[in-house]
Amino acid sequence: MHFFEDIEVGQQHEVGSFTFTADAIKTFAAKFDPQRFHLDEEAGRKSLFGGLAASGWHVGSVCMKLLVASGQRQASEMVARGEKVAVWGPSPGFRELRWIRPVLAGDTISFVSEIESLRASSSRPEWGILEVRHSGTNQRGEPVFSMLSTAFVPRRHKGV
Amino acid sequence: MNTLVFEDFKPGPLGRFGPRHVTAEEIRAFATEFDPQPMHLDEAAASRSMLKGLAGSGWHLCSIIMRMMFDGFIGRTASLGSPGVNELRWLAPFRPGDDITLDVEVTEARISRSRPATGIVTLKAVACNASGQALCEMTSPIIVRRRGEAATEEAR
Repeated sequence: MHFFEDIEVGQQHEVGSFTFTADAIKTFAAKFDPQRFHLDEEAGRKSLFGGLAASGWHVGSVCMKLLVASGQRQASEMVARGEKVAVWGPSPGFRELRWIRPVLAGDTISFVSEIESLRASSSRPEWGILEVRHSGTNQRGEPVFSMLSTAFVPRRHKGV
Repeated sequence: MNTLVFEDFKPGPLGRFGPRHVTAEEIRAFATEFDPQPMHLDEAAASRSMLKGLAGSGWHLCSIIMRMMFDGFIGRTASLGSPGVNELRWLAPFRPGDDITLDVEVTEARISRSRPATGIVTLKAVACNASGQALCEMTSPIIVRRRGEAATEEAR
């Protein structure tokens, strides 16, 4: 993962894709969001979603899963090039999360991240704070998911 | 049991739900599948991280909050889903063994302009551990059928 100094507003990054099977949708929903339209095809068809739809929290968790995998790939490439890998801090949160369209059984969602803002942390000089927009698009190119996430990123040169 | 409709949601406190006990096994299982970072899986790495000890994934906590809302009231609400989350803040790590309580408040309830058979109820939820420390705070709208409109929507 990159250091604060190596990141620029507007940088885009392909995070990865995930296919939501009916089984995966129902397994997640049974644990965390057992509303009928997330558990049953017929109830899904009758709902506003028009089919068995993944819980929005499942979509967000899958985005996280792909972000972690992508970060790990990036880190091992950096190690292979002999570069120092930055360890990002935990996220303080997000805003503007939108479940734009339903994610239905069989849909493949591809996620892209774009850096929206960067600033130094005033209280913690060894960290920078960035906002990154994660967007998910289905196999028809329709936007389904968007969120603006905040992250702590270490600075290469502390507080300079 | 009566189904809750839009008219049942008035601005003000809605209720306190839980406690929900979270085990180390659950934290590891969720993190393994969705958020396999060392701070969620490895005791030694976690103690060196900013979280200072093994902590659950923030997305796991979100998912637990969803389940607590389902068990608390959404499961008996004529809910049509949610368009998103206005804001969510992870305030403190949640730990293996935590007992989580959830306080939910209605901050706004209005009739939908685009779909007048429904209303939009904005909820603010705060999850706390047993010592009362706030772990996560979120504001999110849900879409709820209005009274007398349930049959119409169901027939579609």
